This record gives sequence, C-alpha cells and structure tokens, in this order.
Amino acid sequence: MTYLKPLPEEDKWSEPFFAGARDGKLVAQRCAETKKFFFPPAPVSPFTRDKNWTWETLSGTGKVASYVVMHQKYFPGFADEVPYPVIEVELDEGVRLLSNIVDLGERELAVGMPVEVVFQKASETFTLPVFKPRD
Amino acid sequence: MPDWNLRDKACIVGVGSTEYGAFPETDAVGLGVDALRAAVDDAGITFDDIDGVILNRLPYDRFAEVANLQTPFLMPTEAHGRFSAIALNMAVEALASGQAKTIALVYGNDGRSAKMKYGGGAGFWAPWGFTSPGASHAMMFRRHMARFGTTSEDLAHIAVAFRDHATKNPAAVMQKPITVEDHQNSRYVCDPLHLLDYCLINDGGVAWIMTTAERAKDMKQKPVYVSGYARQDDFSQNSYPADDFWYPALQKVASQIYDRAGLRRDDIDGLMIYDNFSPTVLFALEGMGFCKQGEGGAFVRDGTLQLGRGRWPTNTSGGHLSESYMQGWALIVEAVRQLRGGQVPENRQIPNAKALQFLLATPVAASIILRNDA
Repeated sequence: MTYLKPLPEEDKWSEPFFAGARDGKLVAQRCAETKKFFFPPAPVSPFTRDKNWTWETLSGTGKVASYVVMHQKYFPGFADEVPYPVIEVELDEGVRLLSNIVDLGERELAVGMPVEVVFQKASETFTLPVFKPRD
Repeated sequence: MPDWNLRDKACIVGVGSTEYGAFPETDAVGLGVDALRAAVDDAGITFDDIDGVILNRLPYDRFAEVANLQTPFLMPTEAHGRFSAIALNMAVEALASGQAKTIALVYGNDGRSAKMKYGGGAGFWAPWGFTSPGASHAMMFRRHMARFGTTSEDLAHIAVAFRDHATKNPAAVMQKPITVEDHQNSRYVCDPLHLLDYCLINDGGVAWIMTTAERAKDMKQKPVYVSGYARQDDFSQNSYPADDFWYPALQKVASQIYDRAGLRRDDIDGLMIYDNFSPTVLFALEGMGFCKQGEGGAFVRDGTLQLGRGRWPTNTSGGHLSESYMQGWALIVEAVRQLRGGQVPENRQIPNAKALQFLLATPVAASIILRNDA
C-alpha cells in the first residue's frame, strides 16, 4: 500500500527526530546551558546561539493546547479524511508539537485534554508520532 | 525627547490602485505598473521625478526593466503583507536621509490567476496534515476561545462590518451584504474559522508616491503625513501558531506609537487593521490597547468597527475580507483617500477624518499613524 500523505522533510537537523520516532521515542533538542528544550530541530540553541545542545527523550505526555479541524482538501493524501482534526500539544517539558489525535472513542476533543504519544508506523522508513487521550 | 524623530517628515502625495479580480491577460508586474501610472497621475508628477523605488511581491529587476525606472535607490521586499508597513517606513527613512526625494512604492499580485495556494506545500507539519496561514490563525483563535471565552460569532461582527463598508466601495470584490447568520452558516475552511473569516485572493496592483513634507506642500493633492511609526518583531514562534497572539510585541508598539505621532488615541478617527483573517483584527485591537486582552470579542459587537455606528470605523474599503487581499497596501490607499476628503463616496467617508491608524498583528507587530494636517 502506497503512503500518499506528505512525507517529513528530513534534513540533517530533523533526521534524529524522525529516527527517534522509528525507534518509538519522542526526542527533542535541549540546550545544555539553560536546560530548555527547543523545537523544531535547529543548528543552534536559540537561547545561547551555540551548538551546546543534546538530543533528549521526552516523556511523551502533555495536554491539548489548541486544535483545529481541517475541512479544506490541501493534500491529496488527506482528501479522504476531511474533516480531520490537528492538535497542538504542549508536552510536559514545554515543547509544542502539531500532531494528530487517535483513539478518541466517545470522547470529545477539547483544549486541556491530557494526551500521550503513540507511534504510527506509516512505512518501513517512516513513523509518525501522534497522540491519544490519557486518562 | 521622542525616540523616533521622523514625525511628519514624509508624506504620501499620490496613490493608485487597479481593479481587483481575475486578470489573466496581464501579470503582477503589469498590474504594478498600472497602479504606479495611476499614482503618478494622482500625484501630478512624471516618471522622471521618481528617484527611489520600493517594491513588494514584485521581481525587482524585471519590474524596473518593464516600468523603465532607472534610479539610484531600489529596494525589493518579500511577499509577506507585513512589508506594507516596513516599506512605508523604509521610504520615510530614505527621504529623511536624502537618499531619494520622490519614492514610488509598488505592490503587484497575480495570486488569483496564478492559482496561488496558501496551503498544501512542503512544511514541517505537513505529515500531520497541518498547513496554511488560515489554519495557523484558526489554531490561535481556538486558544483565544478557550482562554477568554471568545466565540466564532464575535468574528462575524467583524466580517459584517467590513462587508457593510464594501457595499459602499465600487472597487470591492464582494458587494453583497451579509449577516451574522450568513457568517455562521458559511462553510468551515478550518474550524473554528469559516469561509467569511478569510481574505480574498485576487489579482491587483497598488502604488503610493511619497516625498518630503517640504516638497509635498506645493503638490497637486492635499498631503497625508506619516506622523508616527512603531514596530516590534517577534519571530520566536515562527514555526508555530503564536500562543500569545503577539500581544507583548503589540503592546510595545502601542506604548510608542502615540508619543511618536504626538497624538493621543482619542485623536484617532478610524482604523485600518491588517485583516488576513478575522481573528487578526481582535489580536490587533487587544494588543494595541483598544480594549483589554480577552475582551476583543465583546468589543467588536454592536457595530464598534462599523462606519456610522461605532467609535472606531475600521477598514472602510471593506478590507482584505471584503475589498481584496492587497496585503495592507490598499488599506493605506483607503486611509489616504479618507484623509484627503471627498475622494470616497459620501456614505463611506469618515466624517471630518484628521488622523487614522494602521494596525498590523503579525510576527512583525507594527503601527502607522497618518494625518492630514501636521
């Protein structure tokens, strides 16, 4: 089955993020001096403007800070899914991700909903971190 | 001492705009030249008088070739609408420093005929199906709703007011009056934003002619002075929907703009607010202190922004939501025509308009105060 949705733009900065997802880990860069995380992946810490950072594994838990429901068919790969929600997740470490929500069940998507990461394997080479409600 | 010493030093002395719509027979450069010809004529100058050029969304070398503008000063700017304010201030600075005496500022856009799509391209969030500036503003607005209790219906009042203005503007693309219900019933593009929360992508060109206040005195049109300008950038959330609605940056601009212009907020007769999406109007009004943060929704109800009804007639041309998305450029033209007086239909004229303020809520937060009597 061909994967029709947009593939990540893996460059030398974001590659470890997607490699982490393939291994079932949510990772982000952390500034060594300020201990603050930053995202999307970047060559330097915006806090110190230097390369003194490391990749760290995140807890994968957080809450829905906001969400939208996409009605417009922008991507052919998502055309069959409109309308579909996109959530803005605020992870416990302060990192924000835009992502998808799965396993909502009977629950209604809402700002403040606790969520945790799950890894959706899209192909042999690409795994997408998405989120499910956390009780 | 004011921290910006260019108060009333530069003037807009000519404005020009094309029709807005679908013009596949030309292109952005052609539309820009059409608008510039109109502005040159409006200013009562000739092309030979132009010794500086500032362009937005136009290929600078091709434009200079086609418009046959060989000057000692030419600056291109990127396609973002935030450069409307930046370009205007660049002209003020260039006039003050003597780099140029008569500057043509030109914007051209063939987005409609070029089938410009603001979404669906590459981007970090594309694998999750997130794309488009509209979705980013929708995400910001949902946060605003959750934090302050703002509603989609609040936005309807903005769209309705601007559409009412558009019905008095023959150049506006949308002429049919709308109601709050029409807004609420319009289809979602990106929930919580409806179709009527979105700007209108069209082809069109806009141009301004600016010169020094001294030169402006003896020219064809009543000069419109650039009385104040302030700008504060915040790109710290450039990859995200901003979680603070650019409020701190806007607050800083608000704290400077009136002192710089030598005016008080009470002296302002009307507003031009960058309205790429209707929530931006709320973010601008709150950030610039027209109401408290979180109270924008209540503030725009009951016709506050509607000419003839409220204290703050805003986007009297119809703005980006109902006239056309000319990325701030046509809003400045509207301000100039309002301030000259007698250049818009009587039922669209802000009575006795002396000073108008432009508000821009984007990662470049900015404001401009224009007035007709320095």
